[in-house]
Amino acid sequence: MKTRLGAAVGAVVALALLLSGCGAASSDAKVTLTMWAWDPNIDKVVALWNAAHPTIQVKVSNPAGGDQLVSKMITAHQAKNGPDIGKVEYQSLPALVAGGVVRDITDDTKTTVKDFDDATLKATRFDGKVYGIPQDSAPLMLFYRTDVFQKYGLAVPTTWDQYAQEARTLHQKAPSVQMTNFDAQDPGWFTGLVQQAGANWWRLSGTTWHVDINDALSNKVAAYWQGLVQDGLVAKNPSFSPQWNKQMNDGSLATWVSGAWAPAQLGGIAPSTKGKWTVAPLPSWTAGDTSTGIWGGSAMTVTTDSQHPAQAAQFISWLNTDPTAVTAQIKQINIYPAATSGRSLDVLKSPPAFFPNQANYYDLVKQAAPGAHAFTMWGPNVTVTFSSYTDAFGKALQFGTPFSAALDTVQSATVSDLKKKGFTVA
Amino acid sequence: MTTLSPVARRRHSRHLLPYGLVLPAVVLFLLFVVAPGIYALILSFESRKVTGGLLGSTTTVMFAGLDNYVGALSDGGFWASLGRMLVVGIVTVGCTVGLALLFALLLDTPRARLTRFARLSIFLPYAVPGVIATLLWGFLYLPATSPIGGRVINYFGVTEVYFTVANVAIWGSVGFNMIVMYTALRSLPPEIYEAARLDGASDLQIAVRVKVPLLRPAIAMCCLFTVLAALQLFNEPNTLRPLSNAISSDWVPLMKIYTDAFVNADISSAAATSTLITVAALVVSLVAARMVQGQVGRAGKGDD
Repeated sequence: MKTRLGAAVGAVVALALLLSGCGAASSDAKVTLTMWAWDPNIDKVVALWNAAHPTIQVKVSNPAGGDQLVSKMITAHQAKNGPDIGKVEYQSLPALVAGGVVRDITDDTKTTVKDFDDATLKATRFDGKVYGIPQDSAPLMLFYRTDVFQKYGLAVPTTWDQYAQEARTLHQKAPSVQMTNFDAQDPGWFTGLVQQAGANWWRLSGTTWHVDINDALSNKVAAYWQGLVQDGLVAKNPSFSPQWNKQMNDGSLATWVSGAWAPAQLGGIAPSTKGKWTVAPLPSWTAGDTSTGIWGGSAMTVTTDSQHPAQAAQFISWLNTDPTAVTAQIKQINIYPAATSGRSLDVLKSPPAFFPNQANYYDLVKQAAPGAHAFTMWGPNVTVTFSSYTDAFGKALQFGTPFSAALDTVQSATVSDLKKKGFTVA
Repeated sequence: MTTLSPVARRRHSRHLLPYGLVLPAVVLFLLFVVAPGIYALILSFESRKVTGGLLGSTTTVMFAGLDNYVGALSDGGFWASLGRMLVVGIVTVGCTVGLALLFALLLDTPRARLTRFARLSIFLPYAVPGVIATLLWGFLYLPATSPIGGRVINYFGVTEVYFTVANVAIWGSVGFNMIVMYTALRSLPPEIYEAARLDGASDLQIAVRVKVPLLRPAIAMCCLFTVLAALQLFNEPNTLRPLSNAISSDWVPLMKIYTDAFVNADISSAAATSTLITVAALVVSLVAARMVQGQVGRAGKGDD
């Protein structure tokens, strides 16, 4: 009995070793890097690299997008089988650095970083250490349905007051059409809006964190949207759901406040609206102000699990600064590039495929980009803040409770988690 | 070295055979149930604190005693999630077992037509994976895509959402339970019905007075299955979550554990809550299993 059990356990262990051994096999001559990213068509851009670099091959897979990929990267890191390269949205990067998932690549990217301005680099360089190469920049813009605006005689709003007025006009003329929807499921959308208003949710003095989620500026934004929701001018359902896709497609929603990456997504969201959308600068709080916020935008990172960090850093540098690579990304993924040189590429002279009606698409994005405000830094527990946002604002919409109370909930959840994890909080 | 006689050797190997047969099951159980369970137990007594730099790149693991358990038990969100699970569970268990029993009895009446087709179509939803079934129902519920009155009824309303979630679970599990009860019905000796009919009982009377009492063990078994499934409620609410504002990330205990572990990176709290839920589930299953055994015992006595 004893020996048989021993033999069986031995066999199982041997099998496990064999299985894990298969994955770890590598030779010095040829390196294969794995990359996790969710951009549609990124494989076509990577194919350009693979063709030119036979000794450093990159394999792309798309296990999840956005926040879900962050969870996957954390879990994979705990099991020590993460990818070499991961696409990470700016707001999640500090959390991944704090979790030890993402590697310090300062030494491998000394020349690469010169291709980015300081405002862009702020999102991936903390304490003077570089943790990722910025891929795109995503200033918030106002996307509106040209056909719906024409049909109901609406003017393109330049201030938020005007936006509310047009929403009211629209509601009177067509009660079934709403100006947009308030998205309680995507915190990145709301943080973009409060960034425009000048809020700064996380600040640092030394190594002490200051959290200001329920400050006056955020409350101003929350109160404005609560008014629109209460008057029925703005829908309450979340974005990126089958319901929302249909509304976007059939013209039940007249505008979408979104990042500059929207054209690549709209094709999947509302396929029959090609050429019907137009982009405009985000409405401002005071007339003439050119401030905007940021929704999303990502960096390519190298993980601490990677066996070939130098090669991985070399690849992500190429991907985000090489003119051929950046051109391909603009064409295939419709990014607005983060690299300074990328912003004057010829390819930006023609609009994204889904916006054939708007030749100056990228000019408008380029004009908006310098006015994009971001938080000084995203907190190291932003995942907690974000899941608290979806719960608190979802509840506020469901039960009709005040948005200000939801902001208080997010604030206290964030602070108590920071303290619990051992950070110093003022 | 002693030589064993042939008889003794045969007896020896006969002793080993049962162990050999259960060995694979035991190994799998140890590897995939006991080992992770022990690991979760260890995690639940730890806490992680960061130090060093503004992002705290160094993590220290410390012994936390019962802190994580106290934290879990004093968290209002935990009790609220338990309450929601209970509401959905009561609706699910009642409706699943009730409908399964009704369908089984209907299929078993002599006048039933198209029984094979009906049986298959009631069973079919069980073959649809939970996540896919939920997505499918999601489309049916959402106002913009709903063919079942989503514009009139708010399926994601404050009260409605409990039934919305329960409905998906019921739809998926009625078929299986129906088959269990139907099979039990078919195995009853037909003489009982003849005797009842000779005594002048109608079909309805036979169903209520004869079949249901004899089905008790099967019904009890189905209750046990459904209660266990209700404790593990996760797929349905988690898949419906992005479609509306009605379902929070900690809607039921398993969702809370998932969010703590994989979104909030607080694996210790998640482990503590998991341990509590496991203990609660074990207690419930033991009580339920004892009740099932009691029913089977009583039915056995009735047969004598």
